[in-house]
Amino acid sequence: MDFFVQILVGGLSIGFLYGLSAMGFVMIFKSSSVLNFAHGELLAIGAYFFLAFVTWAKLPILLSFLLALAACFLLGIIIERILLRPLIGEPLIFVIMLTVGLAAMFKGLILLLWGGNLFTYPDFLPKALGVQWGIVRIPPVYGATLIIGTVFLVLFGLFFKFSSQGIYMRSVADNQRAALSLGVHVKRVFALSWAIAALVAGMSGIVLGIINGVNVHDLSAIGLKVFPVVILGGLDSIGGAIIGGIIIGLLENFTSGYLSPSLRDVVPYVVLVLILLLKPYGLFGLKEIERV
Amino acid sequence: MDRMLLQLNNVSVVYSDVIQVLKGVSLSVENNRIVSLLGSNGAGKTTTLKAVSGLLKPENGKVTDGTILYRGKEIQNQSPETITRHGIIQVLEGRQPFKYLTIEENLRVGTATRWGKPYRQDLEKVYHYFPALWERRRGLAGYCSGGELQMLVMGRALMAHPELLLLDEPSLGLAPLVVKEIFRIIRQINEEEGTTIVLVEQNARMALQIAHYGYVMENGKIVMEGLAGDLCANPDIREFYLGLSAAGNVKSYTEVKSYRRRKRWL
Repeated sequence: MDFFVQILVGGLSIGFLYGLSAMGFVMIFKSSSVLNFAHGELLAIGAYFFLAFVTWAKLPILLSFLLALAACFLLGIIIERILLRPLIGEPLIFVIMLTVGLAAMFKGLILLLWGGNLFTYPDFLPKALGVQWGIVRIPPVYGATLIIGTVFLVLFGLFFKFSSQGIYMRSVADNQRAALSLGVHVKRVFALSWAIAALVAGMSGIVLGIINGVNVHDLSAIGLKVFPVVILGGLDSIGGAIIGGIIIGLLENFTSGYLSPSLRDVVPYVVLVLILLLKPYGLFGLKEIERV
Repeated sequence: MDRMLLQLNNVSVVYSDVIQVLKGVSLSVENNRIVSLLGSNGAGKTTTLKAVSGLLKPENGKVTDGTILYRGKEIQNQSPETITRHGIIQVLEGRQPFKYLTIEENLRVGTATRWGKPYRQDLEKVYHYFPALWERRRGLAGYCSGGELQMLVMGRALMAHPELLLLDEPSLGLAPLVVKEIFRIIRQINEEEGTTIVLVEQNARMALQIAHYGYVMENGKIVMEGLAGDLCANPDIREFYLGLSAAGNVKSYTEVKSYRRRKRWL
């Protein structure tokens, strides 16, 4: 029983992370119909930013965390501003290919600066975050993941539901022409969605770095998990991304716990294929949306 | 010159560099007036509005010739973001709500040109003009009826404090009673807010009832203009758009159509 709960909690918190990072991916897709193939690299960059602030600059943990997130946010804006804005109005496939190039570029840059070694953050999480219920023990990392994830989810929920800028972003995703006719700054919305996407990706990267250590190949591979997650949840559903993430996370953990660790990357995709056979638009996707 | 809000001088519009839709349109709109733009399908009415509001660009259209003056300043080929901030708001044809946003969120998108300014009072103003929206303010726009949606998109535009409102076929596909109500409110907005309105319509009879001045378009050109009352009395207009013969009795559609084929203005 304790093994089961352990796996459940681990799967939930990893899945939560997948979901959050997929949320960024979905936001970009919703606002501009672009599939961002550089998502895994954004994840890795977040982790390395944090690493740089913590180990090179030796800043306090919390400050490093916030600075790393701010840097990711800025990076998102810069990417949109310099690389994507000139392509507005061009066929989408150009933009998507550009994100493929971007992925290679970021990966190369990280390898150049840090090399392909595995780095670890200094152990900083307070032991109090771990929970011990009888024989069930939840390590501090997972406690921290659940807390950070929930905080982000609530913050973004409030932002999209109540703030004007959040409502403008949803309006662009809903009907771009009408948004344009009302003077919504569509380009600003694109920039903002890239910024937020980079921010949540970076955040997921940092937490995954705490769990597994920081390595550019591992992190960018995990970034690719957004594809099963968002296809499962429906490419255009933010709630679906979260739930899809949790499902994939649970599947992975249960597979490696009860079947075999070597199957952990296979079984989620098998289930994905089955679900898509029954629900071709994902669990929460909209039918009209064009599939890629 | 002071009373002139909007002036189009010999404006030509070309889509995708090859299809010329407007062939030298000139018209002027005075402050605080309702000006109606009539014409059959494909005459270029919607394109004229889009040329003013800047929405041609995303559709690969361009003003290739002529000038559009707003308060004496050239605005042709500016971006929609800039033009809306001059106070020109277009209400698109075919009611384009944000389906997955609630009524009130839809209205809040109308504040985009005044981001960060208080909007509570504007919401109340919109609910004052359209009480039906108040009752449904928490519901998703996707579930509203056609009449409610028309009110919604007009209310959304009002949230932006427009000086010039470009309405594209507000009566499209609505029941006659609803159309009457919509036109009454358009008139009311014009009188109470002092908003200048350009009204594109197929429903010429209703449009000329509330408009001060009218233009008739055909094949991308203005073919006739005049005070709304004069246009109403004009035998050609009566024949083509109001479906009335000179004697005043209603003519059948086929008769009007064959007459039309024989007699063109151009």
